[in-house]
Amino acid sequence: MAEFRTHLMLCAGTGCVSNRALEVKTALEQEITKQNLQNEVDVVSTGCQGFCAQGPIVVVKPDNIFYQLLDVKDVPYLVEEHFLKGRQVEKFMYNPPDSKEKIPTLDEIGFFKKQKLIALANRGLIDPEKIDEYIGRGGYKAAIKALTQMSSEEVIEEVLSAGLRGRGGAGFPTGLKWKFAAGSPGDEKYVICNADEGDPGAFMDRSIVESDPHAVIEGMMIGAKAIGASKGFVYVRDEYPLAVERIIKAIEDAREYGILGEDIFDSGFDFDLKVNRGAGAFICGEETSLIASLEGNMPEPRVRPPFPAVSGYNGKPTNINNVESWATIRHIINNGAEWFSSIGTEKSKGTKVFSLVGKVNNTGLVEVPMGVTVREIIYDIGAGVLGGKKFKAVQTGGPSGGCIPESLLDTPVDYESLAKVGSIVGSGGMIVMDEDNCMVEVARYFLAFTQQESCGKCPPCREGTRHMMNILTDITEGRGKPGDIDMLLDMALMVKDTSLCALGQTAPNPILTTIKYFRDEYEAHINDKVCPAKECKELIHFDINDNCTGCTVCAKNCPVSAIAGERKALHVINQDTCVKCGICKNVCKFDAVRIES
Amino acid sequence: MINLTINGKKEEFAEETTVLEASKTLGLKIPTLCNNEFIKPYGGCRLCLVEVATERAPENSRMLPSCCTPIGNGLIIKTDSDRVKKARIFILQLLLSRTTDSEELKQLGRELGALVEEGALDPVGNYLLNRTEKPADTKCILCGLCVRVCAEVTERHAISFYKRGMEKEVRIPFNKVAESCIGCGSCAYVCPTNTITIEEVS
Repeated sequence: MAEFRTHLMLCAGTGCVSNRALEVKTALEQEITKQNLQNEVDVVSTGCQGFCAQGPIVVVKPDNIFYQLLDVKDVPYLVEEHFLKGRQVEKFMYNPPDSKEKIPTLDEIGFFKKQKLIALANRGLIDPEKIDEYIGRGGYKAAIKALTQMSSEEVIEEVLSAGLRGRGGAGFPTGLKWKFAAGSPGDEKYVICNADEGDPGAFMDRSIVESDPHAVIEGMMIGAKAIGASKGFVYVRDEYPLAVERIIKAIEDAREYGILGEDIFDSGFDFDLKVNRGAGAFICGEETSLIASLEGNMPEPRVRPPFPAVSGYNGKPTNINNVESWATIRHIINNGAEWFSSIGTEKSKGTKVFSLVGKVNNTGLVEVPMGVTVREIIYDIGAGVLGGKKFKAVQTGGPSGGCIPESLLDTPVDYESLAKVGSIVGSGGMIVMDEDNCMVEVARYFLAFTQQESCGKCPPCREGTRHMMNILTDITEGRGKPGDIDMLLDMALMVKDTSLCALGQTAPNPILTTIKYFRDEYEAHINDKVCPAKECKELIHFDINDNCTGCTVCAKNCPVSAIAGERKALHVINQDTCVKCGICKNVCKFDAVRIES
Repeated sequence: MINLTINGKKEEFAEETTVLEASKTLGLKIPTLCNNEFIKPYGGCRLCLVEVATERAPENSRMLPSCCTPIGNGLIIKTDSDRVKKARIFILQLLLSRTTDSEELKQLGRELGALVEEGALDPVGNYLLNRTEKPADTKCILCGLCVRVCAEVTERHAISFYKRGMEKEVRIPFNKVAESCIGCGSCAYVCPTNTITIEEVS
């Protein structure tokens, strides 16, 4: 293998790729060759490095110099300065929003400092498409240990006493799930990886499969050994093309190396994997629906018991875990249960990956020990609310979760604490909202999602989510009636109590928490026909005030010609024609356009 | 022997069965819509929900469909609690908000207190029955009995569900009568709302 003086770890995760990271890569390689440095400097495409807001990103090893927001045109200067002349280039370094000082290295950046990487251990360090790099970083060591030195019982015991709980949302102890599947009679058993991540704003599982697919495979091998399965499925959304491509390649490479197949590591243990692509139904994230889909049936949840551990795929004992759970397993086998359970809180062990999105400065993928507070994630890692706006709420757990208000920002992030305030850890989506977000609209948005994704099997979910969405739409459009808030609460509790699966049982959570913490916003919409956040279109209008200099920019940009006014004279918006798109407000340089409610 | 408590009384059963069947032998009436003794239980319509708790945590009851829930030692089951009655009324009102044309459904609604005079309705009931528009012109409540009888009993698979959520409906494949259909009429026979009708074709 060739040796290099320095490696450029270029993030080739989905976020950076859509910001033209691959063009930057080509430019880097061309420029390096042009400067005759190709035998000294190597460019490595890594999986998602997490700091999506600043992409494209390059980390220069071994010094960990962090360059961000790179463009193709920056490449010649960067290569000449840093790699030819040996001078670090300050202008591509990270600048925290509240400071003028540039931060040169990755380790000193607040976004990375508070994170603890277990599931994302290989983040930014390997090329996910090269099995040798995974093995070079200690990959498949845990599988060798589990397959050749440990009994099934010992593997289960290790995972059980580590205290790992399912990272897909429900938080059921993983070891216990394995124990049930192992104890179920039957010589044909299955393991499944649930990579059907569908929450709006969530991309944890996607990033793990894209950036470290072998970690998922290794976890599944260990799980298969524990329960006695010789076949497994990775059920991954087809909307994740890169994840599909990488997991397929990883499986093929593992087969070629004899890591998957028959008599693995001369242990007598056989195991192979098949990739199944999901067609994008949110309900397939629910385990019984996922199994139905795998079997070629309509994805509908079924009543449990029997649990999949007893009767799963084709009626055989089956163990399903989420991507992040699988990727964590190898570390527990390598480092021991005691090590893992020393991280986190009393009941929530280890770390959890969150996708931090919305109105936050540092958008990206973060992994933190359980028990850090919501405030630490948003302010220390996320560097606070975007544009200096006022924080209003953070939505955790996707459509099944709830909104946490500012007064509860010091809530520790663990299964129990988040449940206590009406939200959930869920799969790990975290959407930050500021003063411009209407909380009624937030609830309506999530109900519109669950309503559309309901499979339609049971009336509470099928009809109930439709009614709740309609009531919320009426409120946001000024048709709410006194008493509607309590009626909506009653209906939400009934839907929760009577639905078949977790989709319907948790769909009311966004309503319940927004009413609990932001009831005044609901009341303003219903009683005063006012949207306090000035977001609900039916309840607002745009006006131009005295600040107007008559520059005509707003009138020129209005798509429906609703703005009239002479040059150097006050402009006026025709309310009948205005479609409230907000372009006039965005283009006005004099802060003359106001939203009134 | 399986020992459990149903509606406050200790009961004993010799064989494993479902809560629905066990309740039937005790003369307890649990309404159902998607259940048929010759077809595998589905748990979809939610009308047969009962409260189920265990002796270890009697205050921690869950609402489970009696058609799919097996009886078990130490279970505490309530088939007529306020919570259960309220759930039945809610389910029926949800179905009535979907279709107002089914006499069978209306009859059941009157029996169980879901379809009452406007003044006697709670705000949720009033909303569901009087403030919404029904989405489609159908009597079908998507209980799936027709689809399941065709697949499980006659093994013809001539009809199936199509799409999901509010767009879900029962259809024949590609909108053409399936070659496998033998015109047996089982689907019409099991339909609880008389949505499917049989025509003689010469």
